[in-house]
Amino acid sequence: MLWLIPILPLLGAALNGVFGKRLSKTLITSIAVGSVALSFLVAVREFLTMLSLPESQLPILTDYFTWIQAGRFQAQFGFMLDHLSGLMILIVTGVGFLIHVYSAGYMAREEGFYRYFAYLNLFVFFMLTLVLADNYLLMFVGWEGVGLCSYLLIGFWFTRKSAADAGKKAFIVNRVGDFGFILAIMLIYWTFERIDFQGVFSRLGEASDFAVEPLGSVGVLTAIGLLLFLGAAGKSAQFPLYVWLPDAMEGPTPVSALIHAATMVTAGVYMVARSAAIYNHAPGALLVVAVVGAFTAIFAASIGLVQTDIKRVLAYSTVSQLGYMFLACGAGAYAAAMFHLMTHAFFKALLFLAAGSVIHGMGGIQDIRKMGGLRRVMPWTHKTFLVGTLAIAGIPPLAGFFSKDAALWAAWNDANYGKLLWLVGVIAASFTSFYMFRLLILTFYGSPCYTEQDVHHVHESPNSILIPLIVLAACSIVAGFAGVPPVLGGDNHIQQFLTPAAHEAKSESLGTTAVELTLMAISTGAALAGAGLAYLFYVVRPALPERLSVQAHSMYSIMLNKYYVDEIYDSVVVWPVVRMSGEFLWKFVDAFMIDGAVNGIGRLVRGSGAGLRHMQSGYVRTYAGWILLGGVLVIAWFLK
Amino acid sequence: MVTTFHYLLLGAALFTIGVIGVLTRRNIMIILMSIELMMNAVNINLIAFSNRLQQVTGQVFAIFVITVAAAEAAVGLGIVIAMFKNKETMNINEIDLMKW
Amino acid sequence: MNLATINIAAILPTLVLSVVGIVVMVAEPFVGEQKKSNLGWLAFAGTLAAMLSLVPMANNRGQWYSNLWIVDDYDVFLDFIFLLIAAITILTSMDFLRREELNHPEFYSLLLFATAGMLMMAASNELVMVFLGLEILSIATYVMAGFRRADLKSNESALKYFLLGSFSSAFFLYGIALIFGATGSTNLLAIADALRSSKIQISLVSLSAALILIALCFKVAVAPFHVWTPDVYEGAPTPVTGFMSVGPKAAGFAVLFRVFLTAFPSIEDRWGSAIWMVAALTMILGNVIAVVQPNIKRMLAYSSIAHAGYVAVAFAATSDRGVSAALFYLLAYSLMNLGAFAMVTIISRKEDKLVNVTDYAGLGSKRPGLAAVLSLFMLSLAGVPGTAGFAGKFFIFRAALESRLVWLAIIGVVTTVISFYYYLSVIVQMYMREPHDEFSDVRLCGSLKFALVISAAGTLYLGLLPTRVLDWTTTAALR
Repeated sequence: MLWLIPILPLLGAALNGVFGKRLSKTLITSIAVGSVALSFLVAVREFLTMLSLPESQLPILTDYFTWIQAGRFQAQFGFMLDHLSGLMILIVTGVGFLIHVYSAGYMAREEGFYRYFAYLNLFVFFMLTLVLADNYLLMFVGWEGVGLCSYLLIGFWFTRKSAADAGKKAFIVNRVGDFGFILAIMLIYWTFERIDFQGVFSRLGEASDFAVEPLGSVGVLTAIGLLLFLGAAGKSAQFPLYVWLPDAMEGPTPVSALIHAATMVTAGVYMVARSAAIYNHAPGALLVVAVVGAFTAIFAASIGLVQTDIKRVLAYSTVSQLGYMFLACGAGAYAAAMFHLMTHAFFKALLFLAAGSVIHGMGGIQDIRKMGGLRRVMPWTHKTFLVGTLAIAGIPPLAGFFSKDAALWAAWNDANYGKLLWLVGVIAASFTSFYMFRLLILTFYGSPCYTEQDVHHVHESPNSILIPLIVLAACSIVAGFAGVPPVLGGDNHIQQFLTPAAHEAKSESLGTTAVELTLMAISTGAALAGAGLAYLFYVVRPALPERLSVQAHSMYSIMLNKYYVDEIYDSVVVWPVVRMSGEFLWKFVDAFMIDGAVNGIGRLVRGSGAGLRHMQSGYVRTYAGWILLGGVLVIAWFLK
Repeated sequence: MVTTFHYLLLGAALFTIGVIGVLTRRNIMIILMSIELMMNAVNINLIAFSNRLQQVTGQVFAIFVITVAAAEAAVGLGIVIAMFKNKETMNINEIDLMKW
Repeated sequence: MNLATINIAAILPTLVLSVVGIVVMVAEPFVGEQKKSNLGWLAFAGTLAAMLSLVPMANNRGQWYSNLWIVDDYDVFLDFIFLLIAAITILTSMDFLRREELNHPEFYSLLLFATAGMLMMAASNELVMVFLGLEILSIATYVMAGFRRADLKSNESALKYFLLGSFSSAFFLYGIALIFGATGSTNLLAIADALRSSKIQISLVSLSAALILIALCFKVAVAPFHVWTPDVYEGAPTPVTGFMSVGPKAAGFAVLFRVFLTAFPSIEDRWGSAIWMVAALTMILGNVIAVVQPNIKRMLAYSSIAHAGYVAVAFAATSDRGVSAALFYLLAYSLMNLGAFAMVTIISRKEDKLVNVTDYAGLGSKRPGLAAVLSLFMLSLAGVPGTAGFAGKFFIFRAALESRLVWLAIIGVVTTVISFYYYLSVIVQMYMREPHDEFSDVRLCGSLKFALVISAAGTLYLGLLPTRVLDWTTTAALR
């Protein structure tokens, strides 16, 4: 029955994609929502079946057919259900279902309604394929598929030029990551001569078997780990490949919630957790994962401090939270990472959907400086947003507190620079709390900063939008109790639940209970401090931020301009190219500006293409000359 | 005494002249003739080798080459005439509608 | 030398094609204007009959006609590809010829003759035969490229193809003449035998191998011998472009593999590295220049250069694995590229005018079915998993890795990544741009639908279940 889970959304996508134009909106909605709902039910059933089995019978492997068989090489089209993928399918279909319901209300007036749902269902299909795959190649199929759907959905409002550009940017940046992933798969096959998870992991014990010169076994595994992480960093928006995610907010808000917060962007974390067995043999790669994760967490959070677009704040927050997940992975605590992934899926989906509700009610305005006082007009949106804010800020006992703390505790216990990574994490946590409360206050409290001329009829959203919000809010409150650590009297269900699947590394030097409690208090304190500061800045002394931004002008503008990363990309990659080949490149830069094409490498390629095409002069005799030149070179080579 | 080597030299020289003709002449007909020259240079080689090896294969091949060259020339002239009807020029440099 | 025993079965497909081709040509004046497309169906039936006659041919393995003609699994598989190409091209051309008022059935004859030439190339065990097959193919294609006689671009395409094609043929001939002089034979096996003995002048042999390589590289359009391709492809009638981008290319590779792996294995150290460089250069040039092409035919021309580069990677692997991967790729590429060109034929409409990528804007909302099919072909050409293109590239890079050509594989992957850009730009146009055209005059007749269904089904089949075909190519590669 496992195959039903992805097939149902695929059917929905096919029906809506092919016949959608002729169907009524009600029918389209029922097909799209119904297929995901059914898929969710099947997923629950499969999940429960899996739980009832003894551990020795896990994972459940189902091979449907041999996809590619070539000599010794074999790739099955098969699915694998264990605790890790079981958790993921519940998140994907569950959150996916809620977002489908929400979309039905949110997108009701859009043109191309059927197209939207066809893409969204197709996305769910690919995401489930990615999660359920039992080998790297099939995972890559899902990986490419979700990328394509995300690209189509970001550019859904393609009449907006910025939307189309954002789609392109996401696509190009992800290519860099995918390149790493492909190379990793090639290297895995080269080393182990197989690509299914079980087969690869079972051979890790025999280090001598795959000691490929000149790297040695650890070298090979480190290379594989780093390449996989390059793929993960592209998909999960880690430094420096995060640049596409904030731009991706050009897509419809439910898409941002589903793809760019709850599911697709976590695929990288899932992939790293899935490959835990490899990473445990490659400490160097793990360290890189942890450092990049921690850096991304604080870097993105600091950009989030000053953004003024409600969705962009949430986008940077997503990047930062993903950083936490990688930090936990890098510390060898894959279960903690997956725990945070789960709670984050709830509260970040909630925040995005609530933000969507705000934008919906405000008639499309996204600038938080033009909001304010919405608490009275949109009571339910306000309440749910408040829950989301408390959860992400890490205020106990909401979900974010437990999961973030699990990640930080893991970082503290990491042998390499653990304390430093922990400190970075805590500072980032206070940033998080600050920008979230700032967002909350500016949006819902104070007096309205909009006039009736700008916004005609500010209103609360319909039920199809509010109900998913309430369900997600409930999840954000209770989900954390799945992982209450022993020190607080819980028994950390999620940790135990995931350990068999996640190949958890044994941490030797666990700190004492007292230390753990102290650290918990510190991080809670940091969160409260952030919240308090936001209160001080935006409620008590609203003039303060203005003054501060004047005094600390340079730092403020650096952060406001997102550390100029986009500009650095442009100048490091593009400028030298332009310098290098003066004349014809100018032509291309012009054409490029008009096209509004992509950045960096895209420009380099286009530039070279524009130059090289002049090889093709159109004159037969020149062509004969090229052929002769090539011929002479070949002959010279042969006679060397 | 004229040896095989001399014939080969002659063949190589004619082939080179043909190549240079293709590269430097602007009139399409002359380019066509230069290509024919290259083919016939090969024929000289074939006959010379055939004579030296006392094998008839080379001569048979030369006849094939002549036949094919004739067919090619026929098609080539057809193409040139079709071209000339649409654009009255014999200058190869004016045939550059498509480039880059 | 006794006269050869006659074995009709061994040459049956070639014979069928030639006879049907002549029948179509002779019948033309006797058929009324309205019935002319029936001759197209006759030609189609001819290719099917030839495909059926592959069965008796496959039962007559071995060398025939004084070792001129060889029948083996390699030959049978390639013949299958060629006949498939011919069949799909006929289906695509029928509507095109009617639309462009070019309803001259000799087009089908030329196509059948060209295909017969390709069959000869795949089956030849002898350089003279290779030359004849090559010229039969080329001369027929020169005429087909210029088939729109009143169109200047078509004229130019034919002229450029003709001049440069004959130019390269002369190099090929020179190579054959020299190898004949050096070894006393033009038979591939005899050449290989002669090279194994030490008395051979190695520089003369190398020179002739280089000349043969140059000419064949020209035919398959790899860099730097690709320069003719974009112009010729752009100007030729669209179905002919489709045919040229797959047929002569596949036939050229068929000969390249056969000649170099049979006759010249002893000087592999020389040509192996040359192919390495050619493959790398081709992949880079083809993909990079394709990025800036606004004309879809020209874009697909550069893409076809790039794909030749991938096959060249398989060649550089110089292993049975490589040959098998190349054979698989040639089939996969033929299907997806013919499908893509069938779509271009449909969208270009009257006089082949609408061939810019921007002419596809909004196709996704106006004609979702067509857009979905074209997306499939584009994704497959780009090598997205689940499609034929991915399976093909995968096998090629695997063969390269097994032959320790790590850098070549990496260049291949990087350029594939680049290629996503231009294939996806077509999809972007179709789904993310406002339509400025109603596409109401886009007609889709039965034969075109048939062609699209065959190519799309084949593309998906090879992508999802490549194993059976791969087994076939593996037997075909073992000699």
